[in-house]
Amino acid sequence: MATLSADFELPLRSFDLRLALDVERTVALVGPSGAGKSSVLRAIAGLVRPSGRIALDGEVWLDESTFRLPEDRRVGLVFQEYALFPHLTVERNVAFGGKARVGELLERFRISHLAHARPGELSGGERQRVALARALARDPGVLLLDEPLSALDAHTKDTVRLELQELLQSFDLPTLIVTHDYEDAAALAGTVGVLVEGELRQLGSPADLVSQPSDPFVASFTGANLLRGHVTSVEDGLTGVRLDTGEIVYSTDPALGEVGVVVYPWDVSIGRVHADDSALNLIHGEIGSLSRVGNRVRVRVGPVTAEVTTASAERLELAQGGVAVASFKATGTRLVPLAG
Amino acid sequence: MRRLLLGTAVAAAATAALAFLVLPVAAIFLRVPPGKLIHQLSSPLVTDALIVSIKTSAIAQALILLFGTPLAYVLATRRFRGHSLLVTLVELPLVLPPAVAGLGLLALFGRSGLLGTSIPFTQTAVVLAVAFVASPLYIRQAIAAFEAVDPNLVAASRTLGAGPVRTFFRVVLPLSRGGLAAGEALAFARGLGEFGATIMFAGSLQGVTQTLPLAVYQAFAINLDTALAIGALLVVVSAVLLVVLKLVLSWQPSRRTSSFLFARST
Repeated sequence: MATLSADFELPLRSFDLRLALDVERTVALVGPSGAGKSSVLRAIAGLVRPSGRIALDGEVWLDESTFRLPEDRRVGLVFQEYALFPHLTVERNVAFGGKARVGELLERFRISHLAHARPGELSGGERQRVALARALARDPGVLLLDEPLSALDAHTKDTVRLELQELLQSFDLPTLIVTHDYEDAAALAGTVGVLVEGELRQLGSPADLVSQPSDPFVASFTGANLLRGHVTSVEDGLTGVRLDTGEIVYSTDPALGEVGVVVYPWDVSIGRVHADDSALNLIHGEIGSLSRVGNRVRVRVGPVTAEVTTASAERLELAQGGVAVASFKATGTRLVPLAG
Repeated sequence: MRRLLLGTAVAAAATAALAFLVLPVAAIFLRVPPGKLIHQLSSPLVTDALIVSIKTSAIAQALILLFGTPLAYVLATRRFRGHSLLVTLVELPLVLPPAVAGLGLLALFGRSGLLGTSIPFTQTAVVLAVAFVASPLYIRQAIAAFEAVDPNLVAASRTLGAGPVRTFFRVVLPLSRGGLAAGEALAFARGLGEFGATIMFAGSLQGVTQTLPLAVYQAFAINLDTALAIGALLVVVSAVLLVVLKLVLSWQPSRRTSSFLFARST
């Protein structure tokens, strides 16, 4: 797969955006609104001109002497509100990117039956599929997604996220996603970067960001654990999930197939011995890491990260390499469908 | 009692205003029988003026579209120092007394003017006078129409491989079409009725520079019926323009990019 390398600086209204990033598979940039996320995509697409270097493999799009216009960069940019052309049908929207594969793309994105509809008549999920099909029609070398799920209501979001994840896996393109929602980032991308005021604070796997946040802001922003696994049993309103790391955990959320178990670090308790309480989920394991964040400590046990107060951590004499039990209630978890 | 009085006063004022606006137009048609009106239209004074008006209007409107559209697009999409000043300058001919506009054109194009040309009192002068007073109406509307196009759609078009020219014709133009048509209709109506600047700058020479409004004025001194016939013709053309404009605007309610020009007739 190709690699997109971006290393640039762009003055924005109240701060400078500085970014050095290699995108090989799927990378998500997450950050609060106004952090410069959309500007990153606009710079890579050539809609604004930063200083620095942007290249796709050997193809230089930007350096001191080069500035390729957007139409000369092979980017597929999917806009936040999708930016479908309201005066064109779905079919002609897709054909705008390139006429060669229109039929195939309509088929693949299951929008053939909407070929003659106008964007105004489509649902949020359908619009997103049209926008993706249109972006791919130009045969891009890199895919850029601006807040792909924020235009959707909570109800359709899970379905569309799953769809999007499956599609991204099938594209085989370096993909950069920006989102304000950490859970979306963790579900869609293997690597997540936290962008604050134009600065990349931390870049790593979702699990690393939760267990070892570089600063309190990253800690507050990264939010939940997302443990991947698949549903093995559904009984008495309890869904059993075998995690990819082998443990079985239970949730009161109904689900089938591949899922992510979402649990917040502050909903996970840490003990040295198995406490006899109402928490159904127990994970025994070695303490993988201990990270101090302000007056709290993030403790990683096996696949899950807990957040405990510094006082508790000292009382329990937690240390890296020691053994601990992480426990959390089935009612404290949520399940989100994921692609296999 | 007071409410009744107020209601009566409002109704009376509204009726008076309505009558004041409608009756003069109606009088043009009522004064002379229709058969006679149509007969008057075949007089050489009228046919000559009609040809001059059609020809000069067509050329002037083509020039307005050709030069006004790029100017409006630049003013709508670029922000620079002096932008508001430039827009105000473009709008100025709109509020200028037409005689002053004619004077200005003479001062620029007149034999002893800044450019020193022989344009005054030719058909070209009619075209320039019409273009000068009518183009701001189109340009103003066009700026508003272009500004209403979502910049993300333009950006999307660019990232999909379309250059600026293709983007303009395939995205910007179709989306601002309604507003542009409305502006052009207004400019056309204004240009067709042009009188003051034309008579100052081009004179009123039958068959050369005498347009329909100028012919009304000349006929008025000779034969009122002919003047009324031309008047009736202009009323019909203007009414048709207004109806077409309203239809254009109501056909594309969701895409209408201009502010309200006229009340919608629903």
